[in-house]
Amino acid sequence: MDDLPIRSTTLPRLLAFALAAGLSLAAQAADLTVSAAASLTNAFKDLAPLFEAANPGTKLQFNFAASGPLLQQIVKGAPVDVFASADQETMDQAQAQGFVQAAQRRNFVSNTLVVIVPAASARVPAGLKDLAQPAFERVAIGLPASVPVGRYAQGVLEAAGLWAAIEPKMIGAQSVRQALDYVARGEVDAGFVYSTDAALMADKVKVAFSVPTVKPILYPAAPIAAGPNGAVAQRFVEFLTAPPAQAVLAKYGFGKP
Amino acid sequence: MEGAWVALALTLKVAGWATALNLIFGVGVGYAMARWRFPGRELADAVLTLPMVMPPTVLGYYMLVLIGTHGPIGAWLLQHFGIRLIFTWQAAVIAAAVVSFPLVFKSARAAFETVDPQLEDAARLLGIGEVGVFFRVSLPLAGRGVLAGLLLAFARALGEFGATLMVAGSIPGKTQTLSIAVYEAVQAGQDDTANFLVAVTSVTCIAVLLSAGRLAPGRVAPRA
Repeated sequence: MDDLPIRSTTLPRLLAFALAAGLSLAAQAADLTVSAAASLTNAFKDLAPLFEAANPGTKLQFNFAASGPLLQQIVKGAPVDVFASADQETMDQAQAQGFVQAAQRRNFVSNTLVVIVPAASARVPAGLKDLAQPAFERVAIGLPASVPVGRYAQGVLEAAGLWAAIEPKMIGAQSVRQALDYVARGEVDAGFVYSTDAALMADKVKVAFSVPTVKPILYPAAPIAAGPNGAVAQRFVEFLTAPPAQAVLAKYGFGKP
Repeated sequence: MEGAWVALALTLKVAGWATALNLIFGVGVGYAMARWRFPGRELADAVLTLPMVMPPTVLGYYMLVLIGTHGPIGAWLLQHFGIRLIFTWQAAVIAAAVVSFPLVFKSARAAFETVDPQLEDAARLLGIGEVGVFFRVSLPLAGRGVLAGLLLAFARALGEFGATLMVAGSIPGKTQTLSIAVYEAVQAGQDDTANFLVAVTSVTCIAVLLSAGRLAPGRVAPRA
């Protein structure tokens, strides 16, 4: 009988807790979920307060990863409102399968492919050809099957006839940020990232040279067709192309589309 | 599909080496902890059990910091032997061994503690040296528990993912184990490859469990 008072307070507390958890879940459902390419991480986090101030009651929720896995999540039915990928190809796939609102798709930034080396490195390649030398044992490249920056890198290496020489040295990265991290830690001798990523770690990596890509690197964004918050999602995509957001993106080194 | 067999062979190699390392270190430390009394023994036990409790990403980060090119161990290895561990299959072995170590160590310690010290003393009285006592008395008597621990550790090493990905990366044929190959196929939307890899993994796990059942406690060493 002694434990009865404890029980009688525990149960209501548990109920209250469950209710609170349920309520917070309900609140999250009204949030805008944006799946964005890993290279957009810092810029988008910076953009969030701007958008939230302009759209009271909306809270942005970001899901950053390489564009490939983001597409797979959407294909498998993840409750995403906006998709921003680092290449046209991934967005084209999403569009071809009817997952995005094609009419509202917008290119909002451009970027540059660069080759970086650890800041302390004495060996700095002057061009793609140098990477084929034995001095460069390991080169970080995003996995071409799922990471756009890896496809861009593979594209330029193939065009230069160097892919066969570089591929055995390739350390595959799950996203551009992992490739950046491998170089910053000095675990690889060089890596392919975007200039915007290299700028974030200017103290640990240095840009050896930038690489003109076959196709320009253009980032598209589009609302998800089945997204729970269609109208707000569309507003977010428009917001990305408007001057205030463009100013923030430019601060991080992204170019105009 | 051929990649799946390469990944399977690599996975078995990594798990095998990790289990071999644990046969030496896990069993050795387990025996020491069971027989050796010193202040802070339980604290040491807790620390040695940590890899079982800590998230693999935390372990992976610790290992990356220690054996990375600029880490204390990694820098030393590079300077003196020109060895770079990160992104090699040996790094995957280290990750798998660390993660599965507590399973061997815990089982071994418990098994050795059930061995009656009087039997060891009797062997010593009969003039057998310490090494002989260990291999001829303690280890056979603790064998069932030790083997059970090793099998569990092998199974755990087969499925290691988080720490392995952090220190060994994902290089097909070199460090891309089955679990990492599955992850990558799913990330890239290659469902056919993923299905095949998952089937191979499932069959492998069932085979390991079945053979574990055959070797399992009760059939290995008949109780004396």
